[in-house]
Amino acid sequence: MAYENPDGIRIGLEIHVQLNKLKTKMFCGCSTDYHNAAPNTHTCPICLGLPGTLPVLNKKAVEAAIKVGLALEGEIAEETQFHRKNYFYPDLPKGFQVTQFDFPIVGKGKVVIEGEDGEHVVGITRAHMEEDPGKLVHIGSIEKSKGVLIDYNRSGMSLIETVTEPDMRSPKEARRFLDKFRNILEYLDVFDGNLEGAMRVDANVSVYWGTRVEIKNISSHKGVERALLYEIMRQKNVIRRGGKILLETRHFDEGRGVTISMRTKEEAEDYRYFREPDLMPMRVTDWIPAIKETLPELPDAKRARFMEQYGITDMHAKSLTSKIMLADFYEGVCATGMDPKIAATWTADVFLGELNYRDLAISSYDGMTIGFIHAKDPEIENSFKVPDMVELVTLFAEGKVSDRAAVEVIRAILDGTEEKTPTQIIEEKGLFKAEDDLVTKAVAETIAENAAAVQDYLGGAEKSLNFLVGQVMKKTKGTADAKTARELIVKELKG
Amino acid sequence: MAKWMSVAQVKEKIEESSAEEVTARYLEVIGKSKINGYLTVSDKALEQAKKIDKEGHSGPLAGVPIAIKDNISVVGLPNSCGSKILEGYVPPFNAHVIEKLLAAGAVVLGKTNMDEFAMGSSTETSHFGPTSNPWDLERVPGGSSGGSAAVVAAGEAPFALGSDTGGSVRCPAAFCGVVGLKPTYGAVSRYGVVAYANSLEQVGPLANNVEDIAVLMDVIAGYDRRDSTSIDNKTECQKALVDDVKGLKIGVPKEFFGEGIHPDVEKAVWDAIHKYESLGATWKEVSMPNIKYSLASYYIIAMCEASSNLSRFDGTRYGFRESAENWHAMVSKTRADGFGTEVKRRILLGTYALSAGYHDKYYLKALKVRTLVKQDFDKALSAVDLLMAPTMPNPAFKIGEKIEDPLTLYLSDVNTCPINLAGVPSISVPCGFTDRLPIGLQIMGKPFDEPTVLRAAYTFEQNTDHHTKRPPEVA
Amino acid sequence: MITKEDVEHIGWLARIEINEQETVEYMEKLNSVLEYFGQLDELQTEDVAPTYHVAEIYNVFREDVVEECLPQETVLANTENKQDGAFRVPKIG
Repeated sequence: MAYENPDGIRIGLEIHVQLNKLKTKMFCGCSTDYHNAAPNTHTCPICLGLPGTLPVLNKKAVEAAIKVGLALEGEIAEETQFHRKNYFYPDLPKGFQVTQFDFPIVGKGKVVIEGEDGEHVVGITRAHMEEDPGKLVHIGSIEKSKGVLIDYNRSGMSLIETVTEPDMRSPKEARRFLDKFRNILEYLDVFDGNLEGAMRVDANVSVYWGTRVEIKNISSHKGVERALLYEIMRQKNVIRRGGKILLETRHFDEGRGVTISMRTKEEAEDYRYFREPDLMPMRVTDWIPAIKETLPELPDAKRARFMEQYGITDMHAKSLTSKIMLADFYEGVCATGMDPKIAATWTADVFLGELNYRDLAISSYDGMTIGFIHAKDPEIENSFKVPDMVELVTLFAEGKVSDRAAVEVIRAILDGTEEKTPTQIIEEKGLFKAEDDLVTKAVAETIAENAAAVQDYLGGAEKSLNFLVGQVMKKTKGTADAKTARELIVKELKG
Repeated sequence: MAKWMSVAQVKEKIEESSAEEVTARYLEVIGKSKINGYLTVSDKALEQAKKIDKEGHSGPLAGVPIAIKDNISVVGLPNSCGSKILEGYVPPFNAHVIEKLLAAGAVVLGKTNMDEFAMGSSTETSHFGPTSNPWDLERVPGGSSGGSAAVVAAGEAPFALGSDTGGSVRCPAAFCGVVGLKPTYGAVSRYGVVAYANSLEQVGPLANNVEDIAVLMDVIAGYDRRDSTSIDNKTECQKALVDDVKGLKIGVPKEFFGEGIHPDVEKAVWDAIHKYESLGATWKEVSMPNIKYSLASYYIIAMCEASSNLSRFDGTRYGFRESAENWHAMVSKTRADGFGTEVKRRILLGTYALSAGYHDKYYLKALKVRTLVKQDFDKALSAVDLLMAPTMPNPAFKIGEKIEDPLTLYLSDVNTCPINLAGVPSISVPCGFTDRLPIGLQIMGKPFDEPTVLRAAYTFEQNTDHHTKRPPEVA
Repeated sequence: MITKEDVEHIGWLARIEINEQETVEYMEKLNSVLEYFGQLDELQTEDVAPTYHVAEIYNVFREDVVEECLPQETVLANTENKQDGAFRVPKIG
């Protein structure tokens, strides 16, 4: 049933993605590896905007822009050029930003998301290239600032800005769009989403089909949904009280979860766009065929193929393709001959679940080892090997360890610091499945020691059976196979 | 040592004695200067010369001293652009042309005076006071490369580099009686040259004779991957210097001989054209109907580009800074105090012409008129090899005479700025005097046809003696 | 033509502080220049393409190859207003 959008919500997003996987910045040869570096150590006369310097465009940035355009099903412009956006701000060393104005490299496109009512198309208006400014650090708080420190390491980094149509009808759809968008970009390998500043979002939102408000520079994914939820509520409240929504720009305070009006300057800015005279226009549509060849299988296609090729469920396919490295890891496991359905359960449900619980983000996969870093503390890292997964799941499938035990092994590897194989861990922890007579013994003991529960079960209380199984697991230190234990108890008690 | 030496003579002297002695001699002359041509005299010049002596005189300019306009970056020397706002700024990198000069063994004597940010035609807008014309110390040397032209004319450097956005090399060349070339747009890298108007300007050589211009071009011209507007089309300039103009077709655009032209200037230029005729060239009148709109088109484009180029001067990272309680106020006060009046006028006009509502009326319109001017040049040059006209409508005027009314000063660019709109090469060579003040003949050519332009200039020199005259005031 | 308010507005856009007297002076001088620029209106240019660059060049690029950066000291050498390796300025306002 079509979603009625009762509050007349329209959300549009402007997403800035930093091409931090390129080796150099957009217009100069400075290394992009500035995260964690001391301030102003990754700059040169060009990205500092010293008088007399000139920009020269990084070819790979253009290739990346075309890749993104193709993945968004956008038209690649016949002729595209850079413009200057003129305004004054301390992080902008030249007093203008080199960007694209009326001839962006990517035109109209679209992204399909799972909307409120099934498949929903979000239109892409355009995508273009531009340079990043530097970074400001306020001495003191933003409100009571005593001064500002400026670091130009980030100045000149390549950005691709993507603008969507206001086609999202709820904060949930906006989040889903961002998830999908980010997923696509990770597949294209044009950026590392784990690095600071890699993706920044501006959101435009209006209620009751009315005036839109812009919320600028939201730096986290989750932040976008929260900001939108707050802002929609705020706007509805204003209207309910008889007020009017002002066309304005607001800032999202991540800490307090509220949007705050940015003090508008006395006069409106006028960016006085004009064509950048130091850069020549580009005609690059003949690059498209070659670039198309290098495009990886994109998320939707991979998901469909996984379902077809491996016979797994849509839900599993979705989980596995949510991160390209996870998908590759899964295929690495399947390639060894492992049953894909079992591999899917263990990878998508168990493994991914343990990663999420520990806040571990996938950061690398080299065909054998998948690596993670902690989402909040990049110092913490770990890894997991394909052969280990294969070994473990095989042991489980052969009935040598219980499912509980196998989960414990995964946890041990993810939390551990030493390189141990699953077999080593199982032996160390004594997790090999209990021998049959050990289980039979435990069942007998449990029945003998828990007369009340036995009575309850025989009286119809299924819950008591669970309790009894639990007791058997306890006695066998979790090595018994739960299903087997249950069957044995029932057999004993009901014959 | 003779006061005025050609580069060939300087090189001979270096072989006879040493680079150190030659540089020391120039430094001595500079020390006695009456013209305020240099803003900075390099304290490393002598050391550089000594080093060349030690390493052996192998490069094409080994030990030859040169003066550099103060908007071209040289490591370790201040780069003021004639402005207070760049107080204290020392570039940490060399301009491309400087790298080429240093690789050839040249010795940088110092940085020369200029109109502030190259905005001017008289060197009077410099924060550091005007430079005097060596021919008459109370007159302007022209601008904006007035310092470079004046020091060459005064024997304070064998040759120099300037920059030409609307005539800034050719104008001072004409006023100071020296040779000045604006190369084809894209022939010489702009990397390291502080931008005034990016789509119009080029670095240009200034010297006392055409051969030295050619020598300098052969060193500094050529493709630079750091300048996206640089064109890969290097021509051999010295090889083009042949005393022969037989069969050369000259076009004389009547629009360059407007009402305000001084009669002596007009006569001197026609004498020159007739001289060419006597040497075997032919000439005919050509029409370039859109030329009279060049000035407006040029100024609009230049001011628009400049208004953006100069936004980086805000006191945050280098240069003069005014204190204030917040950043925007700091920037506004810094720029109000750090820039001179003419620069501020042009920034304001350029900002206005680019602003919402006026962009199409001024900036876009000016770019369309530029197309018409360029078409005039394409058409005229398709029928002839070269165009000839006066460089400046009048000789050097007195210091202070025109500075009060900007429009009057702008009008003196009427013959030079069309060339920048079209991007073609153009040279000014001395062709006579009026009341002991030099007059310049402007020779314009097809894009990248510096060889023909230089050949014509060289031939003229070989068959006249105007270029041998020296300013009595500084002799 | 340009009014006093226009001068104030472009003074703000260009971040150049202009006092009362200067506003009037600029207004006069700028108007005389703009009047001169008005002559371009004599030309019919509807079908004329603008010339942004005299030569028709396209596709100027560089390879994604790392080059040396400036050392931090050099970057900060041209100012006294620095702290902890960063440029220091007053609060934005």
